[in-house]
Amino acid sequence: MSIHDTALTAGHYIDWGVISVSVTNLSIIIAMIVVFVLAILLPFPHARQDDDLERQDRP
Amino acid sequence: MSTQQRVVPAGSATGGSWTAWLRTRIVGLVPEGQALPDRQPAYVASWIYVFGVLTLAALVVVVGSGLALAVGGSAWWHTSSFGHFINSMHLWSVELFFAVMVIHHWGKFWMAAWRGKRALTWMTGVVAFVASIGTAFTGYLSQSNFDSQWISGEAKDGINSIGAGAYFNVLNPGQMLMWHVVLLPLAVGVIAILHVILVRRHGVVPPLDADLPEHAPERAGD
Repeated sequence: MSIHDTALTAGHYIDWGVISVSVTNLSIIIAMIVVFVLAILLPFPHARQDDDLERQDRP
Repeated sequence: MSTQQRVVPAGSATGGSWTAWLRTRIVGLVPEGQALPDRQPAYVASWIYVFGVLTLAALVVVVGSGLALAVGGSAWWHTSSFGHFINSMHLWSVELFFAVMVIHHWGKFWMAAWRGKRALTWMTGVVAFVASIGTAFTGYLSQSNFDSQWISGEAKDGINSIGAGAYFNVLNPGQMLMWHVVLLPLAVGVIAILHVILVRRHGVVPPLDADLPEHAPERAGD
């Protein structure tokens, strides 16, 4: 196998019309979207406790 | 020596002193108690508000590992396992920096973070992002390996097509290294500081459906 063949076969790509993305990059993008969604959905620790403290502070 | 009391002219808060003027300006940058606050509005208790400070934390590691690399030089990591470790730290902190910054952008975009006179905060964030991309690209050109050689060979066509090749020569590793370690980090650092000051000045943007009190305390610039 020549060096050119190695370069051409390095990595796996997904082609969709004009869009060409490596599986690695696509995996990272999907992971970032998952983190984004989790950041919105997951409850923040001690959030309720802070609310209670704030209520106690009020006159 | 007798002590004298300085007479401050009526109507002048600083008495014409540049130090007093500068002090007043610095103190007035953010409202009192907002430079390093220990309490935040209830709506800030969400993971999506964490990504801005994660970006700053990653930037600190990027700059710190970059300073360590500057001690050894751009080719240090090829011959030293410790240098390789520091180089990898620099690479992966940059990867995390961009990942958390983009998630920060998504969060801020969907909460329309430019509301409440926060347009300048938004714009400094955009400029910091663009300057960070330039810093990352010149970093690719400073690896001193075949990867940077290939990337610069490809990049020169793009830079020449916009007529900037004579001034910004991507085939010149010395020039690219200087842009990567001096000019662009300086730009990113200054803009990031401005961005943080503006965030502290105007406060964290509330969610679109936030139930704000009718007479909420005013922040600077509001």
